[in-house]
Amino acid sequence: MTILEDRPSNPAAGDHDRPIGHGRMQRKEDPRFVRGKGHYVDDIVLPGMLHGAILRAPVAHARLVSIDTTEALAHPKVLAVITGSDLQALGLAWAPTLSMDVQAVLVTDKVRFQGQEVAFVVAEDRYAARDALELIQVEYDVLAPVVDARKAMDPDAPVIRDDLEGRTDNHIFDWEAGNKAETDAVFASADVVVKQEIVYPRVHPAPMETCGAVADFDPIEGRLTLYETTQAPHAHRTLFAIVSGIPEHKIRVVSPDIGGGFGNKVGIYPGYILAVVGSIVTGKPVKWVEDRSENLMSTSFARDYIMQGEIAATKDGKILALRTSVLADHGAFNATAQPTKYPAGFFHIFTGSYDLAAAHCTVTGVYTNKAPGGVAYACSFRVTEAVYLVERMVDILARKLEMDPAELRLKNFIKKEQFPYPNKTGWEYDSGDYEPTMRLSMKMAGYDELRREQKEKRERGELMGIGISFFTETVGAGPRKDMDILGLGMADGAELRIHPTGKAVVRISVQSQGQGHETTFAQIVAEEIGIPPEDIDVVHGDTDQTPFGLGTYGSRSTPVSGAAVALVARKVREKARFIAAAMLETRPEDLEWEKGRWFVKGDPSVGKTMAEIAMGAHGTVALPEGIDGNLDAEVTYDPPNLTFPFGAYICVVDVDPGTGHVKVRRFIAVDDCGTRINPMIIEGQIHGGLTDGVGMALMEIIEFDAEGNCLGGSFMDYLIPTAMEVPDWETGFTVTPSPHHPIGAKGVGESATVGSPPAVVNAVVDALAPFGVVHMDMPCTPARVWEAMQGRTRPPV
Amino acid sequence: MQIPAPFDYVRASSVDNALALLDRHGPESRVVAGGHSLLPMMKLRLARPDWLIDINDLYELDYLLVDGPVLRIGAMTRHTTLLESDDVRRLFPIITDAERVIADPIVRNRGTIGGSLCQADPAEDLSTVCHVLEAVAVVRGPNGERMLSMADFHRGPYETAVAQNELLIEVRIPIRARSASAYEKVERRVGDWAVAAAGASVTLAAVGTISHVAVGLTAVGLDRNVTEVEAVLVGQAPGEELFALAGRLAALACDPLADQRGPIDYKRHLADELTRRVLRVACSRAAASVFDLTLQEG
Repeated sequence: MTILEDRPSNPAAGDHDRPIGHGRMQRKEDPRFVRGKGHYVDDIVLPGMLHGAILRAPVAHARLVSIDTTEALAHPKVLAVITGSDLQALGLAWAPTLSMDVQAVLVTDKVRFQGQEVAFVVAEDRYAARDALELIQVEYDVLAPVVDARKAMDPDAPVIRDDLEGRTDNHIFDWEAGNKAETDAVFASADVVVKQEIVYPRVHPAPMETCGAVADFDPIEGRLTLYETTQAPHAHRTLFAIVSGIPEHKIRVVSPDIGGGFGNKVGIYPGYILAVVGSIVTGKPVKWVEDRSENLMSTSFARDYIMQGEIAATKDGKILALRTSVLADHGAFNATAQPTKYPAGFFHIFTGSYDLAAAHCTVTGVYTNKAPGGVAYACSFRVTEAVYLVERMVDILARKLEMDPAELRLKNFIKKEQFPYPNKTGWEYDSGDYEPTMRLSMKMAGYDELRREQKEKRERGELMGIGISFFTETVGAGPRKDMDILGLGMADGAELRIHPTGKAVVRISVQSQGQGHETTFAQIVAEEIGIPPEDIDVVHGDTDQTPFGLGTYGSRSTPVSGAAVALVARKVREKARFIAAAMLETRPEDLEWEKGRWFVKGDPSVGKTMAEIAMGAHGTVALPEGIDGNLDAEVTYDPPNLTFPFGAYICVVDVDPGTGHVKVRRFIAVDDCGTRINPMIIEGQIHGGLTDGVGMALMEIIEFDAEGNCLGGSFMDYLIPTAMEVPDWETGFTVTPSPHHPIGAKGVGESATVGSPPAVVNAVVDALAPFGVVHMDMPCTPARVWEAMQGRTRPPV
Repeated sequence: MQIPAPFDYVRASSVDNALALLDRHGPESRVVAGGHSLLPMMKLRLARPDWLIDINDLYELDYLLVDGPVLRIGAMTRHTTLLESDDVRRLFPIITDAERVIADPIVRNRGTIGGSLCQADPAEDLSTVCHVLEAVAVVRGPNGERMLSMADFHRGPYETAVAQNELLIEVRIPIRARSASAYEKVERRVGDWAVAAAGASVTLAAVGTISHVAVGLTAVGLDRNVTEVEAVLVGQAPGEELFALAGRLAALACDPLADQRGPIDYKRHLADELTRRVLRVACSRAAASVFDLTLQEG
């Protein structure tokens, strides 16, 4: 059932809002953050702790001739200097990536990107460690770099990965989805075909907190405690065990408060490993926290897709097919984080929200002399690129057909009755009802009035643009039958304990980087067992305290871990029924549930609350066969499918015709993420994601010069949006519950980041229609917009 | 955390004390005021002074004073003070325009006019503003004070006439009747350095023609006013054709470099476009102030 509701009139929850279950309530974790009591990796101080710093390569491609560490070692505060050859001796110079490649922990043979790790200094304080980096003498033999992905496969391109046996080129993979022959046939007979190269440039997640670790190796117990900025503590522990040889039960990974992740903190960076090596070598805890430039230059980037899009339609606007070939720049090591079977992530959901007769995509991954990464920045495993492609192509088609882009979308949506909908590239969309969501966004925007205003302004020479994006996401990876990361199934665990006094603790395997897990997951439990969220502690981020699971990324916490939590709460509720029956000396089947209490059918006055049952469970009442004396449970949830949240976004921009400056005047976002657990948290996620989207559309790009120098290595060069660049967000929602999720919820964390860039770019291109512009690539900076107005659009890379 | 190279630090207690400290610590000492240019460069280890002489205790240099025919601005006057001053808005709206688009409130609360002028970043706004307003820089050293025109003070990118043992202490701006001014900047994002910016100051004669004009450009490779426009504007009645001519001359006069903010032709185009805009605004503001004046006199 789809329910259309208007936004509540009072979006800010007050102290009086204390739902027992789902509903708007303030975040339980916020008091510590707003009072400056958050506890991040860099706040951790251990007795005797030392500090590490990384020497990074100043060039993009160079053979390492020699390293002389003598002078650095002579620094009075330096305890150790670790180089690639030291790691080689330990068998730790190379580490596996999440994409079955290897990545150098420290350079042994060749520098492959600017900013790559060359040496690690351990010193008494972080100032000395940093100073000592300048005392290391390195000789490089500079090589020609591969900067332009389009030239990576040229026959004369330098081979970047000569460390890999038999490697003679920079090719990583070819991957395809959909049916080529079928698609080509549809294209061959279509009335209208439009083509466009669409570039999604390299951007960076730039979380407020950079990456870091504190490693504490206890040589007596052989035990490693590793505090890390990680979105996936359990997966990291397993990988550390495999790489280091330290037994997994002797490794504890702790991810404390995390200041933003956006995918940047999924992978294992050399710095983490170096902190561990530093601690093993010195016998003391070692802290390593990267600075802003290190974060921007060396950690996981996002996108870098050069897409050739084609769309086929009838002349009256029935979209028939889509095809695309993509050149994917993966940098120097293939270190993207995504389910193993999908080297291009979930890009093959590029068919979007439309009912197509055919679709086909190919993706070719190549190495370049740039930082590795690829899946980061709230992209839902490359759904961002997919949505950008299809939503731009649909707009380009609308222009060609001289149709209104809203009308074209409405005409081609997958219909409500077609769900569950198998698309042409192998997905089964679990649920959807697109038209009401689109209509609501148009109503909120006053779409027809905006078009009228635009017409008037155009007559006066003013440039106003209206951009639409309708996205479908695929989140909550994923079913173990076809999704894993390095052989680890993408499940999540949950454990729930109700203490004798009726207070609860729920332990989860996912880790919050700001998403509000401590509130949302308490609310899920509260909804199921009827005790207030304030009475439920959510424990996460510590592998010694929580069940195994793959962590938080790809908007998977609510779809996977949220389901685990709902199910574990239901298990406890069911167990409580048996205990209540024993306490009431009746049969379990004679009891009925109301939120927080089991009571005797037909006699509501006779019953037991969860608190009473909890005390009973731990008390002296005789329990039936098979019921333990506690009120605890655990589950591991293997999702049957992904969830498919969607949304309709409308952006209104004004472009200064004299300067090309773009002002986002309005942004209307209607999201459907199924059941809404805490609407305030959802709105916060949407606000953040929309801001991200405006940033990417208007200003964000990591550029490189011809030598492979990173031109985005500081916040002076890599721009992220401020409150001044974004309008007052206008959010709305519809609710189409997921049919397979225990509470009908879908992920929402990345929806706005995925859905908003095409809305902004579509609006800018729409504004520039009087100049004949049909496409321009991001970022829509004043200069690039002005060039487009001169008929000189150019790709950013 | 980005860590600068090792340095020593001392707080000056007076102008004389600051000069003595500069003298004592020599060429590897640097004065820090707001610190928003120097400290980031130190953190990136692009600047590596041995000594930082902090002049933030020199409250004696934090003032704004209308003193007869000049506005005197102490070198330690913060951007926020300039932005919020009614005198400044009334006399030199170009300063208010510029301050509104300098960085963000946090930087403006800390950054100073003296620091901005002495840093002399080519994309820095107040240097252009002071050129346009024909300001005089008061510089004090061991041998006393000297007064420098902006042309003499500002020698080029990151370079001023202030010697290592001197301190900029005051900026004096002549107040002209029947005058107004304006500034406009294009930036990729609030707080980013200018892609390009322009400022203009205009004085109108009784008959409504332009009797005095100055136009300056920021971030397009011109460390002086666009003197080329003066000859064509002075004596003429303000109007779109005239502004367009001035814009074309400004575009020709500038010498921008291509960078991530934009290509050369775009920056030239902005020199043109922004020159026209600031002249338009400055002339209309001047006309309004003349009208106000006439009302008062009448």
